[in-house]
Amino acid sequence: MALLELDNVTHFFGGLRAVCNFSLTLQGGELMGLIGPNGAGKTTIFNLVSGFYRPSEGRISFLDLDITGLRPHQVTSRGIARTFQNIRLWNSLSVFENLCVSQHHQLGYGFLHSVLRTEKFVTGERRVKKRAEELIDLLGLGHYALEFPKNLPYGLQRRVEIGRALSLRPRLLLLDEPAAGMNPGDIGQLIETIRWIRDEFKLTILLIEHHMRVVMSVCGNMKVLDFGQTIAEGTPDEIRRDPRVIEAYLGGEEPGHARGI
Amino acid sequence: MRKYGYLLSYTIICTLAVAASKLGVLNAYVQLVIMYVGINIILSASLNIVNGYMGEFSVGHAGFMAVGAYVASILNVMLFTTSSVFGPPLLSPSSAIFLFPVTLAAGGAAAALAGLLVAVPSFRTRGDYLAIITLAVNYIVKSSVENIQPIGGARGFMGMRNVIDAMQAVVNLPWTMIWVFICVGVTVWIIHRLVNSTYGKGIIALRDDEIAAEIMSINTQHMKITAFMLSSGLAGIAGGLFAHVLGYINPGTFTIMKSTEVLVMVYLGGMGSLSGSVISAIVITLALEAFRPLGIIKWVVVPLLLILLMFFRPEGIMGHRELPDIFPKLLKIRQKD
Repeated sequence: MALLELDNVTHFFGGLRAVCNFSLTLQGGELMGLIGPNGAGKTTIFNLVSGFYRPSEGRISFLDLDITGLRPHQVTSRGIARTFQNIRLWNSLSVFENLCVSQHHQLGYGFLHSVLRTEKFVTGERRVKKRAEELIDLLGLGHYALEFPKNLPYGLQRRVEIGRALSLRPRLLLLDEPAAGMNPGDIGQLIETIRWIRDEFKLTILLIEHHMRVVMSVCGNMKVLDFGQTIAEGTPDEIRRDPRVIEAYLGGEEPGHARGI
Repeated sequence: MRKYGYLLSYTIICTLAVAASKLGVLNAYVQLVIMYVGINIILSASLNIVNGYMGEFSVGHAGFMAVGAYVASILNVMLFTTSSVFGPPLLSPSSAIFLFPVTLAAGGAAAALAGLLVAVPSFRTRGDYLAIITLAVNYIVKSSVENIQPIGGARGFMGMRNVIDAMQAVVNLPWTMIWVFICVGVTVWIIHRLVNSTYGKGIIALRDDEIAAEIMSINTQHMKITAFMLSSGLAGIAGGLFAHVLGYINPGTFTIMKSTEVLVMVYLGGMGSLSGSVISAIVITLALEAFRPLGIIKWVVVPLLLILLMFFRPEGIMGHRELPDIFPKLLKIRQKD
């Protein structure tokens, strides 16, 4: 059974075809990379999967259930979490609160319970806080638990954002350019983190990344997009040698000259 | 015992104030000011849910206040008093003493439903555009009331004094003041508990980043409905109290001027600070009364003071903080849970 399946998905922005007949099958445990030049439609695909856009045509299913047209929070509660290209943490909540609030659908209580502080409230709150504490320990954020995210260095903010996505207990994690704006030292650490997350949480990961060193070293399989269409797929080695990819994405140069290698 | 420290001290202060009013230590004017302070606390704290915690800009709070004021007043006058509009009372006037909170809550419920007029459009629009919608709702309410002749239209509606008299005929206590105190306590208690629960912090997440909130499993539409309905419902209760404190209401009271007054309290106190809202409601109400001898010049002096305050302290009196952040000793009164 495929975890995530996109079947001939097409999406238009007005007259612009952002994604065209895109199909993808993701098996459980896989770590797939999605690459392509700027404007190729990678983030649009993430937005389609996470429910921000409803595809103009095609069908998206997760665990064999149709999720096309669900609202983002519904998609998320089914087990798809994501991070953003530009970090979108809640800056007036502390790191710890960020990791708690993200488990909103697992709280198990509503308005009246929160006002009356019922038993349901107490257990829900305890469960959520325990989960947040676990993640803070696992990700080594102990020193920063009570800090506001905006006061943290960029690399740590990334880690908090990944932690926030993990707090949802997802089956599938969508990472949108996690290495954007990071220095080489941070990137080495990020590669380690991604691998470790996949093994520790038994996750399936779909990764968008411009940074060749990251994709080439963590992804088992890759898909290359250009103008909304798949132009190549395969293992990193095959992609590296594919002439169409070199032409479209690496501009006809040797892959070794690409950024980051 | 220590856990209820705040509740206990609040009860003692309120009991003292009620006793002082009953014994005639406080004259009618001071009593009136105390009740205005209470009503303004409810208004500013409830508006703070939307404008402070959720980060929307609502300028129609007086509209919801009007809904609550009219619904509660009409119900009370109809049920408990003989009036020219509704004829003899439907229930015995003495039952008002038990049913007053019910009619007050009915006013709040009606106002909460009116809050849906803003909550539903807020799914698709936000910021300035939503502010215009809240303004529109304020005018819709005001104009509707103005054009319903049976309840007085623009001339206003009265008879609430008789309801209070009916309550005082049973037990002679300053009932309006008691209910103002109870409602202030309940309002602050509800909002405090809401914004300190992970559930309620979803509203703050919505303010910081709505897209991230939706992606992180928060049902943003549900949270918006909760916030708007709670905010407008509490405003409705404040309106109901206001009507009974004054004994007379007319649609002209609930214009954008009144909404602005509440807005000023929220922004002066600090957005997203409950204690800020409470403090600034007290400060502004008292300041307006203190400058009363200045006559019309009051409306120059008070806004001028506001400008100065915003100049030196743009984030408001409290900013984002609460009282215990500034005075940690206050936490000791209430045991940490």
